[in-house]
Amino acid sequence: MSDASIGILSGVPQQAGIGVDQIAFPSRDGYQGLVSSLRDSGFELCADLCAVDYLTHPGRRLPDGIGPERFEIVVNLLSLSQKRRLRIRVQVPEAEPVVDSLFDVYPGTEAMEREAFDLFGIRFAGHPDLTRILMPEDWEGHPLRKDFGDGRVPVQFKEIPGPR
Amino acid sequence: MSSMENHESEPRAIERPAWSTRETSEGAQGLFPRRITEPGEIGRESGAVLRLPEGPVLDPSQIDIDRPDDETMIINMGPQHPSTHGVLRLMLELDGEVVLRTKSVIGYLHTGMERTGEDLTYVQGATNVTRMDYLSPLHNELVFSMATEALLGIEVPPRAVWIRTLMCELNRVGSHLMWMATNGMDLGSTSMMIYGLREREMIMTFFEKTTGLRFNTNYIRPGGVAADLPDGWLDDIEVICDTVEARSFEYDDLLTGQPIFRERTEGVGSLTAEEALALGVTGPLLRSTGVPWDLRRTMPYMAYGELDFDVIVGTYGDNFDRYAIRLAEIRESIKMIRQLIEKMPSGDYRLQDPKVTPPPRGRIDTSMEALIHHFKIFTEGFKVPEGEVYTAIESPRGELGCYIVSDGSSKPYRMHIRGPSFVNLQCLPLLLRGGLLSDAVAVISSVDPVMGEVDR
Repeated sequence: MSDASIGILSGVPQQAGIGVDQIAFPSRDGYQGLVSSLRDSGFELCADLCAVDYLTHPGRRLPDGIGPERFEIVVNLLSLSQKRRLRIRVQVPEAEPVVDSLFDVYPGTEAMEREAFDLFGIRFAGHPDLTRILMPEDWEGHPLRKDFGDGRVPVQFKEIPGPR
Repeated sequence: MSSMENHESEPRAIERPAWSTRETSEGAQGLFPRRITEPGEIGRESGAVLRLPEGPVLDPSQIDIDRPDDETMIINMGPQHPSTHGVLRLMLELDGEVVLRTKSVIGYLHTGMERTGEDLTYVQGATNVTRMDYLSPLHNELVFSMATEALLGIEVPPRAVWIRTLMCELNRVGSHLMWMATNGMDLGSTSMMIYGLREREMIMTFFEKTTGLRFNTNYIRPGGVAADLPDGWLDDIEVICDTVEARSFEYDDLLTGQPIFRERTEGVGSLTAEEALALGVTGPLLRSTGVPWDLRRTMPYMAYGELDFDVIVGTYGDNFDRYAIRLAEIRESIKMIRQLIEKMPSGDYRLQDPKVTPPPRGRIDTSMEALIHHFKIFTEGFKVPEGEVYTAIESPRGELGCYIVSDGSSKPYRMHIRGPSFVNLQCLPLLLRGGLLSDAVAVISSVDPVMGEVDR
């Protein structure tokens, strides 16, 4: 681990995970700044960004000082020079599902943030084009939310044959 | 630039007109005239990636955001266009034949597979993920199985590890051959299409013999692989290796030195290492810019740490480098397959843990306990401890990641697949900007997107 990233991550609640040494839990306000400094300290690539809806599984293990919220944004950073990964998990409340966009730090998160917006309804402040990406434009609701209610509309795949 | 001053003095009307959202279902996702598009989005669609002056960079503030619409033309390419490799829809702003802005509109193949994954047990999960990247199904199964095994905290037996590695390398050869075939066809070489598909057919036949299916094999499962290698596998693979290796030099004769092919690929669609990293691009695209990043070497998984192979890198990041890398990777994979069959260990092909893998068929008739375990595994599946894990492997297209959150039940609470094609597609505006429309076909092909994985 480089000294730079130790300094950046000091004060941010952390825990160890499976297959990754560190999972950092920054606050929503400090999230963009933290990722930005981590990029400058050698995490060149943002491998993945996705969201999780913890509506029906609230009792997950979190470090002290982090209150569980309904949504979580999970960012997986990759350092090519140090050959290591780092995960960042940000709690996003249901009442105000907004986080800062990472577009200015890693332009490659553009599509991933649009996907998280499309499927979870989390908005990213500063994103250049926050529209639906996988679902049709006129779709209502966010289908990966646990309370979306998929299957509530019965689908008739084949017309019922009429009377003979 | 007087138009820029105009922009700063009065706010632009970016309210999109009603027709763009109501008339068609995918309206507002498309590419729009500059007057109704945000300046930041114009920059993105023009391929302005880097904010800092690192090399030849398009500065977003230098883009003419007020260029009159009657000078340019917005056209639609796809989703039914034959050379967009599936249902990729591109909207292009053209000045004559030169591409100014690009936006890819995706989602035409979206079937909610991440949602489906939450309804399937870990035993059934591999049948779901294998349908995402349909050209390298075994890699999808592998990454899902590795994530599940990491959560369970189990290790698979050595023979299963080596069989997995062998099958994945065969799949990589097949996927790259398919790419050679379609890329040749996109550039007008129909012979290459026939040759590529012909060679790939041998690998498909071997998959059918081993797994029972050509695609969507559900062969790699949590705990090992579904079946041992069939009788005569050694001869089959030796024939595949000898044939594909010999014929890869025929492709050299057919394409590599051919003036028309070189004209259409050299210097077309260039990418720098900084831009590739900023966009999260991985796989042959990243290696074509000179970055020696291959997860098989840099973060070894399965048996790759014990194999001797080279990581192929390019210099210019253009179409020709990407072609050369994939052709050389076919030969490297053949080299690896030869080592794999030589060192293939004996033993179990799946973990003998009755809680995770089904008991052998013979024991079900004689042991009540085996019958109960078999029934439990195929009805409710096995329970996976609470936790979350991200695993990543090198698929033929780049970093294929799988993020699973488990709540302690037998189904994933959340299953997310990081598809390399989905991320790699974002470099299209950059690769196409300033090029000719006819080169767009070659560039799309060299990115090698698989729409099943993009849309999931």
